[in-house]
Amino acid sequence: MTFILFFEQLLNGIQFGTMLFLMSAGLTLIFGVMGLINLAHGSFYMIGAFSAALIAALTDSFWLALLASLAGAAIAGVLIEIIIIRRLYRRDHLDQVLATFALILLLSEGVRWCFGAFPLYLNIPNILNGTVPIFDNIIYSKYRLFIIFMGFLIALGLYFLITKTSLGIRIRAGQNDRQMISALGVDISKLYTIVFAIGASLAGLAGAMIGAIQSVEVGMGEPILILAFVVIVIGGIGSIKGALVGSILVGVTDTIGRIFLPELLKVFMEPSNATSVGSSIGSMLIYILMALILIIKPSGLFGKSKHDY
Amino acid sequence: MIIEKFFNKWIMVFLILIPTCGVIFDEPYFITLATKVVILGIAGIGLNLALGYCGLISLGHAAFFGIGGYITGILSFHALNDEVLFSWPIAVSGSSEMLIIWPIAILVSALFSFIIGLLSLRTSGVYFIMITLAFAQMLYFFSISWPNYGGEDGLSIYMRNSFPMLNTMDPISFYIISLFWLLFSIFISLRLINSPFGMSFQAIKQNEERVKSVGIETFKVKLLVFVISGTITGLAGSLYTDLNRFVSPTVLDWHTSGEIMVFVILGGMARLYGPLVGAAFFIALEQTLGSYTENWQFWLGLILILVILFARSGILGLFDKKLKYEK
Repeated sequence: MTFILFFEQLLNGIQFGTMLFLMSAGLTLIFGVMGLINLAHGSFYMIGAFSAALIAALTDSFWLALLASLAGAAIAGVLIEIIIIRRLYRRDHLDQVLATFALILLLSEGVRWCFGAFPLYLNIPNILNGTVPIFDNIIYSKYRLFIIFMGFLIALGLYFLITKTSLGIRIRAGQNDRQMISALGVDISKLYTIVFAIGASLAGLAGAMIGAIQSVEVGMGEPILILAFVVIVIGGIGSIKGALVGSILVGVTDTIGRIFLPELLKVFMEPSNATSVGSSIGSMLIYILMALILIIKPSGLFGKSKHDY
Repeated sequence: MIIEKFFNKWIMVFLILIPTCGVIFDEPYFITLATKVVILGIAGIGLNLALGYCGLISLGHAAFFGIGGYITGILSFHALNDEVLFSWPIAVSGSSEMLIIWPIAILVSALFSFIIGLLSLRTSGVYFIMITLAFAQMLYFFSISWPNYGGEDGLSIYMRNSFPMLNTMDPISFYIISLFWLLFSIFISLRLINSPFGMSFQAIKQNEERVKSVGIETFKVKLLVFVISGTITGLAGSLYTDLNRFVSPTVLDWHTSGEIMVFVILGGMARLYGPLVGAAFFIALEQTLGSYTENWQFWLGLILILVILFARSGILGLFDKKLKYEK
């Protein structure tokens, strides 16, 4: 029984991790290439979810809704990049933090204005409803498996995009030396817009997929944004590999910790105390993990050794 | 600079004038608003030391604001229920005396800023921003999931804590108490930034390597600034709980960190009165826009973006001629 529970929670953790990966991959890419710290990344998560909910309500198709989340977030990303973000690349981090913080206020209130304050719901298509048996006696939600599958598919896709395509070469070159590649004739501002749109659409897709399990509401992106920050700090800023490892680590630690820490503490304490202490510490576990990793390696697991960003 | 100093005098006049008008015309709400501005101003002055003068971009000052707030809430909650706070190693009971609460709130905020600073200052740049944010978020989630003090619902304390000889429930008395702390924190900041220690932390903002090469241990300097900064913000949090007679996880939310930072930037960074002006502007905006539209934060966001893109030296900067010529 405990093993089944453990396995199920492990899968939940991995599923949570893959969604974190979609968020943090975009964040870390945007930071790596443009040197921009983007607090408004969670807003694209929200915009993606809302675009999906809108299209799902109009067409009744989940798959179109997923496409809409990609497109909606990408379009929003391109517009915002051209109007506002572009002016921030040369500014210091403080200006970037404040401007993107202001963007959150703007976008959250804007969406609340258009869609109202009530949460919307996205329905999972029939084909993904229900459970599927894995091994002999373990059953698991089809939809969550689908999320894991999509996450790994996108990780693979990103890997090919970065290592095998000419866009990927330009992105990597941009990470290494921005001035050099613009001197070599690459249209740098177009490249920036593309990278920003890729990041935004990944966040939007994550928003739509999670929106179908939870609900689609204003401010839904913020808790996951901060977790994505923790992920890229753990993984090392700018590293997509770090983002992948960090996401899975954070997802699994968080899920397993919240479930099993109270159980573990019951061995030492009376049950009612153990539950409250366990759940409180469980909610802090990933931050403790982050602090530990920073003590050992201040630049994250896969970060460059000097942290002079 | 002369014009800014002149402006600063007017700020002081306003600080006395507005509540006086509130008393004369019997508008206690004005006094409460002014108190809110003063308290948030203190929080901003705390952050300004680290952010404006030393260049430490902390996105986690909500942690200290919230710790000050929760210490105050918890102590007076225990005093109200007549329970002991903890009985080991020595029995400690709650208190509803500001003179006892303040030192405890100050000590605990200082302790937390020391621990958080010790860990976060190992890093710099973007890592520092994200780590301070993450630590504040950690405390936020802790406050939500810890059920003893209201959890997500927050903690009401019904009566303001007491101060000898004053009726703190009277808005104007509480305003005077807050004003005293504002002046005190401005005085401390002024003394600090003109001291040798202040010179060194301002130099760190410009070029840390050079400061190191002169033989100053920059880590210690930064840590000390961070602790002082966090402590002042923690004190503001303590007053804020008393103002609202309520404390909830919202004070630890990262939006609070963002807002404190906004006070500093709106008013003008590294200016003594900047955060106060920023807080006043913020509250005025909230009150005026908030009465027209529910979505006032949309317009706040828009104004903020415009300020950041086009008026980087803040409101006080507009009055600072010298800076304009330099541009």
